[in-house]
Amino acid sequence: MKVTSYRAGEAGDFAFTEDNAKRAAAAVTHYPEGRQASAVMALLDLAQRQNDGWLSPEAIEYVANTLEMAPIRVYEVASFYSMYNTKPVGRHLVQVCRTTPCWLRGAAGLTDTCRDQLGIGLGETTGDGQFTLVEVECLGACANAPVVQIGDDYYEDLSPERLSALLGDLKAGKEIAAGSQTGRQSSMPDGGAVTLTELPERAPAEPGRAVPGPEFGDPVSPGPVSPSGEGA
Amino acid sequence: MPKLTIDGKEIEVPGGLTVLQACELAGVEIPRFCYHERLSVAGNCRMCLVEMGQAPKPIASCAMPAGDGMVIRTDTPVVKKARQGVMEFLLINHPLDCPICDQGGECDLQDQAMAFGVDHSRYQENKRAVPEKYMGPLIKTIMTRCIHCTRCIRFATEIAGVEEMGALNRGGHVEITTLEKAIDSELSGNLIDVCPVGALTSRPYAFTARSWELRKTNSVDALDAVGSNIRVDARGREVMRVLPRLHEDVNEEWISDKTRYACDGLARQRLDRPYLRKDGRLRPVSWDEAFRAIAARLDGLDGGKIAALAGDLCDAESMLALKDLMAALGSPHLDCRQDGAKIGAKIGGAGPRAGYLFNTTIAGIERADAALLVGTNPRHEATLVNARLRKRFLMGGFRVGLIGAPCDLSYPVDTLGAGPETLSELAAGTGAFAEVLTAAERPMIVLGMAALARPDGAAVLHLARALAEKFGMIGEDWNGFNLLHGAAARVGGLDLGFLPGDGGRDRDGILDGVHGGDIEVVYLLGADEIDMARLGPNAQEGAFVIYQGHHGDAGAHRADVILPGAAYTEKNGTYVNTEGRVQLGRLAVSPPGEARADWTILRALSEVVGQRLPYDDLGALRQRLVAVNPVFAAVDRVEAAPWGEFGEQGKLDGAPFGVAVENYYMTDPISRASETMASCAEVFGSGRAGEATGTDG
Repeated sequence: MKVTSYRAGEAGDFAFTEDNAKRAAAAVTHYPEGRQASAVMALLDLAQRQNDGWLSPEAIEYVANTLEMAPIRVYEVASFYSMYNTKPVGRHLVQVCRTTPCWLRGAAGLTDTCRDQLGIGLGETTGDGQFTLVEVECLGACANAPVVQIGDDYYEDLSPERLSALLGDLKAGKEIAAGSQTGRQSSMPDGGAVTLTELPERAPAEPGRAVPGPEFGDPVSPGPVSPSGEGA
Repeated sequence: MPKLTIDGKEIEVPGGLTVLQACELAGVEIPRFCYHERLSVAGNCRMCLVEMGQAPKPIASCAMPAGDGMVIRTDTPVVKKARQGVMEFLLINHPLDCPICDQGGECDLQDQAMAFGVDHSRYQENKRAVPEKYMGPLIKTIMTRCIHCTRCIRFATEIAGVEEMGALNRGGHVEITTLEKAIDSELSGNLIDVCPVGALTSRPYAFTARSWELRKTNSVDALDAVGSNIRVDARGREVMRVLPRLHEDVNEEWISDKTRYACDGLARQRLDRPYLRKDGRLRPVSWDEAFRAIAARLDGLDGGKIAALAGDLCDAESMLALKDLMAALGSPHLDCRQDGAKIGAKIGGAGPRAGYLFNTTIAGIERADAALLVGTNPRHEATLVNARLRKRFLMGGFRVGLIGAPCDLSYPVDTLGAGPETLSELAAGTGAFAEVLTAAERPMIVLGMAALARPDGAAVLHLARALAEKFGMIGEDWNGFNLLHGAAARVGGLDLGFLPGDGGRDRDGILDGVHGGDIEVVYLLGADEIDMARLGPNAQEGAFVIYQGHHGDAGAHRADVILPGAAYTEKNGTYVNTEGRVQLGRLAVSPPGEARADWTILRALSEVVGQRLPYDDLGALRQRLVAVNPVFAAVDRVEAAPWGEFGEQGKLDGAPFGVAVENYYMTDPISRASETMASCAEVFGSGRAGEATGTDG
């Protein structure tokens, strides 16, 4: 129900594709009736993906119209969160983490690598529209610092050389593998375990616990993400 | 009823209050920026920090509910330090431009920095600069001064009901914006009042005066029938600005944009000396010559050939003086309803007072639980009545139905139909909204002038009365029958009987009489909204027109004699608002040039035409006013008006109800002369005026 007066959004030519319209409708069903505005962040994300990685005013106002919100309320959300881009970005959005753990592990060097290799400064986009470079605050993968996010994926344990190779592959149009670039699995210790290297004494089985859990030292099945790239 | 200890003093406060409100009741002043008692609580400025009992750190008192047994301290070193700290942060990015800031001298930040801040800053970096935003012709922005209290956003969204302001970005980068659009609200001027700093200031008033050099006069507004309480700030002989004055039962602490900004029209197109038409052209003359020309024309003329019409801005005193003069001249042809509304239709009297008042009262809207609007757009006709309706809507459980031209009132409205047919169906009890009205305990109906200023107006009024009685709108302590007037003068005119006497003609009768030659002299007391063409092209082929008023508008253009009167800020006058509330307007500046207060002009003229009016001062005239109708003695008191028979059963016209106010910004001679209102009309244009193109002709 519209309880205030406002101008309807001017969506221009922007409209969800059929698939996105379905996804948007599904997102709205996650909330009680009349609370469709709660889905605004999901819809903005859909709109951003559909609109080459950024939210144009038309896309924002389209979302406002879809959710029966005042356009200004959607602008507020879109401008508040740094993961919504309100300016056009290149095909690959390179986000270099610069917060303390990454910085201590050489993030500044990664930024320089990007600058040199792409020929752009922070916040800029290459002439061919392929890359946009930004620095961001903590990406939350400190155990694998330094980290760069390209598109939706994290590229971890980077060095200037490894990042340079990744950028080279991207430029050449090759697929690159996400995750740690040194071959370690997720955040396991680099070079093997340094603590708990011996089996602890087995605790007596608790009554009522039928199936014992895996023992420490049992072989772990290889994870789904396996490092690729020759340098690993 | 929680009991608190505030600074060692025990106090019991009503439930549901915050600690800040409890402190106020205890007589302790708490500094604040974001907290405003009529807006929702934001709690983001942190200026209202106080210490609470064993709490490890100070609490924001505006957002903390007062609880039983709380021990609050506002005078400790911790509180003092917290306030100084907050103030230092607020001032980090606030420019030191008070000497060139229009808020200077009446700025919350300035005052509180003096009272609670420190005398220096430790901040060495560059201050943040924010680009100016465009918010329309009324609001000037200097966004670097903004402290992000978000009062403006909350006011626009909650009270004005216009969701067009917001805060973009976050943290230290927040910017308040309307996305470079003019804020489309008739209450937008109040944003300036709620802004605690100089970020939002009045554009027309920019750099014209300092608050301490203004002479302040408490008065009432005459540009609509709400009777908003205002303060007129003047310097010398010029009205510099109009500000709201608190009146909980009328305008709370808001005023509409027209009330606030039309005051520049008071200095333009003024009639500052008498004029007389000679050889087809208006020429300036002396008062004496103008009076003698009138006396010569009236000499030997039968009273039945004289008529008078009163306009929308007249005070009650001048209307009474004119009524008495017309009676002395022997004319029964008077009308104060220049829009032709069929109210007080019984000849010789206005009928029961309840038949032409907003009986529910404006504050009473908050007790209603359903409303039916008929032929009215309260947002344009009485902005603050609409604000009250919105306030009631936000309280919940309030359905509003509309019969008439669809309009955006800022709250949901069920549009039921367009004309009298829908009203008669509803009166017969059919339709979904009839159930709403039946179920409501205290339903109300609001009849606009667009429903009554039409040939079948009396029948519509009758039907509305029947509907009100059918749905139980008239009860012991509840009267849900309301007329929403658009003119400040109307209720006063009806109260003192400025209506056709025995055998008298109403507005249409008078204008037709001019055409037929039965009316030879027409006295227009500030009446500009009639079709001047019906008065004939000149005194030879039509009526001899005497125009008494303050602006060179439609009436003055047609006039044969112009008597320059005083505008509402230039005289002591009585106005009765749409609720029937008698209020006194006060002289803030003297009238320009040779213009005089209106009743004195009539008193002087009466002597020249040989019918001396029996009052020599305002006191005597007001005694006469009270003698004519005792309601004028009850200043600022609204007493329940007696119910009775009014309206006339008749045939209803099928035509839909029109629009009473086609262009909100240009409804009267003052607002039509105002440059500010003209620029508003241009910006908001036809979107505001519906399908009509406005009345700027």
